[in-house]
Amino acid sequence: MDTQADINAEIAARAGEKGSQPRLDYPPYRSSVLRHPHHEPEPVDPEGVELWAPVFGHRDVGEAEADLTNRHPGEPIGQRMTVSGRVLDGDGRPVPGQLVEIWQANAAGRYWHQRDQHPAPLDPNFSGAGRCLTGPAGEYRFTTIRPGAYPWRNHVNAWRPAHIHFSLFGTDFTQRLVTQMYFPGDPLFDIDPIFQSVTDPKAREALIAAYDHELTEPEFSAGYRWDIVLTGSHRTLFEEDPA
Amino acid sequence: MNPSPGQTVGPFFHLGLPIDGGNELVPSADPGAIRLHGRVLDGGGNPVPDAVVEIWQADPDGNVVREAGSISRDGWTFTGWGRAATDPDGHYWFSTVEPGPTETGRPPFFAVTVFARGLLDRLFTRAYLPDPELFGADPVLSALTPERRATLITIRETRGLRFDIRLQGESETVFLSYPGQRQSWA
Repeated sequence: MDTQADINAEIAARAGEKGSQPRLDYPPYRSSVLRHPHHEPEPVDPEGVELWAPVFGHRDVGEAEADLTNRHPGEPIGQRMTVSGRVLDGDGRPVPGQLVEIWQANAAGRYWHQRDQHPAPLDPNFSGAGRCLTGPAGEYRFTTIRPGAYPWRNHVNAWRPAHIHFSLFGTDFTQRLVTQMYFPGDPLFDIDPIFQSVTDPKAREALIAAYDHELTEPEFSAGYRWDIVLTGSHRTLFEEDPA
Repeated sequence: MNPSPGQTVGPFFHLGLPIDGGNELVPSADPGAIRLHGRVLDGGGNPVPDAVVEIWQADPDGNVVREAGSISRDGWTFTGWGRAATDPDGHYWFSTVEPGPTETGRPPFFAVTVFARGLLDRLFTRAYLPDPELFGADPVLSALTPERRATLITIRETRGLRFDIRLQGESETVFLSYPGQRQSWA
């Protein structure tokens, strides 16, 4: 198995390649080798359903689902956090009333998942999944626990920086995004091939939340702000909902 | 504004993404239901057991649906959207109905999004109904070689349609980029 030094050398060889999105062909992330297309994507103009996104409503998502700390009788272990921000399209317009889903490890870095068997404790009071609908200004807000870093098997002694997985929809099907939010100053950034698959350092910054004291709640939770920008909408502002 | 980068769904998405009944756009017991299904395969022809496939489609009359309820299905409301995780054989399935054309004369398709562990960003594609007489009217299909075009066309079966997704290699599925994200591939 490769060492961290091998992976670091591969990361360094690709560093600085331009582009706002991850390289799909990024061998330092070993699982990507057989799972990325060789062909360039075919450029198409969106049509029909692609110009619209699925609709989610309050029948789909309860208010309580935005609080990951209240899903069990007891309090989860760890630092309570408020994570909030806005979902915007590429032109800076808010995406209102749309679904945001998150999942994450617990404070010890363990996922509530059969596949995560590393020797860190599960927390009986934290399962680590939540969802909400954005408000009129595209805003979302979750109450959760700060996740821990955790080991994985990409190479010997591989560790992932702490992160929260985010799944997002826009106003168009073509804006669908799944990504990860990271925490400022994480010492594991430089050695993580998933984070470094976004080879442009400027683009990587967009994945890092900012500590925000305005969001911090007295004697309750630490506040982190993270805005998410989707690609541009292909519809004009004046297009009405179809009948 | 620069779009936020995507990141892989990773190996633990079962915690956050699967939805009870998410793959049943209509109940599978509905006499009008069809099954849209297939396998997600990697460049070695191996199944991808940790992928998520989402579909978004028009109703049978070609209307874009504007109905909530994909997360809490009531068995009556057709929302046009579904999500399925692959099983250990890389197989996914939806029970649904065939979409109609959103524009007269154009071949109907399911819009498809694919996510997986090992796939650093989502991929978009289309699963067309097998109506070859309409393919000439479609700018995407007519621009492709017959071999590449075939990867976008579902295969009709008894009570259903088959659509395999090959992430890489021989018969690699044609994936799509829209104007909004072309710079992502630069």
